[in-house]
Amino acid sequence: MTGIEIDLDIYPDEAALLAGLKRGDPEACACMIKQYAPRVYAIAIRMVNDRDEAEEVLQETFISACKNINKFEGRSALGTWLHRIATNAALMHLRKRKNREVSLDAPVEMHGGDDVYREVQDWAFSPDDHAMNSETRDMLEKAISELPETLRTVFILREIEGYSTEETANILGISVSAAKVRLHRARLRLRQSLSPYFTQPA
Amino acid sequence: MSATPVHPHQRQEDDCSRVLTHLNDYIDHQLSPELCEELEAHLAQCDNCRVVFDTLNKTLYLVHQLRETPSELPETVAYRLFAVMNLQQFYPKKKR
Repeated sequence: MTGIEIDLDIYPDEAALLAGLKRGDPEACACMIKQYAPRVYAIAIRMVNDRDEAEEVLQETFISACKNINKFEGRSALGTWLHRIATNAALMHLRKRKNREVSLDAPVEMHGGDDVYREVQDWAFSPDDHAMNSETRDMLEKAISELPETLRTVFILREIEGYSTEETANILGISVSAAKVRLHRARLRLRQSLSPYFTQPA
Repeated sequence: MSATPVHPHQRQEDDCSRVLTHLNDYIDHQLSPELCEELEAHLAQCDNCRVVFDTLNKTLYLVHQLRETPSELPETVAYRLFAVMNLQQFYPKKKR
């Protein structure tokens, strides 16, 4: 995020920032946005897969956070709390458009449909000598964005946001076993999508 | 009635299918020791399943890298956010 001229040193730590937010200091709100908006926007884009809607989620998140800051008890980090608000806002958007897509609660078959195991060539890639460059990142984001919504939401919450399987199931309002099945399929599908990129031509 | 003989290839496919069903629990350290042992024994002798396992781990390694990668907010998006929050004074540059 560039071009925003706010001195983050006004608030030396999260406790001071939180105190400023609870006092209603506009500087505190601006600092919170500067610090957390990029990641909130990233979550929103991954979840809703649409830049305009992601911007709405971003705005809704910070409006809601400022409005409800006095309800924030500090049991989690401020960033974690904001991510949860953003996740819920994104899920609201997805539910609103579920007439156009598969329902979030639709069952996902464990077997059948596509064959997610068919690519069995090893990758010319080693984590030890691989740095994430913009090309890899774009390819990865694209592959995630192409996962079906039911799989994508579980995958993002579990693998990128770092929620446990139980927390993921709870956020999405699905059973733990359904979350596991979706995670399983999402991981395998993503592996399948990335394989052509990392497989060396014969 | 005698049991129908199972072709060795069919047995191998069944083993692979069974192992792959448990792969995610194995990666998440949620598999019982008995099933871990069975899965590891299969991976040791099945090249295809080992490739699936290795590339699945590499997939997750890459995805977890995304967590560490700094995110960017487009300036126009940032500007509109500051505007909607009535915080324009903290965003002095002129943006569309």
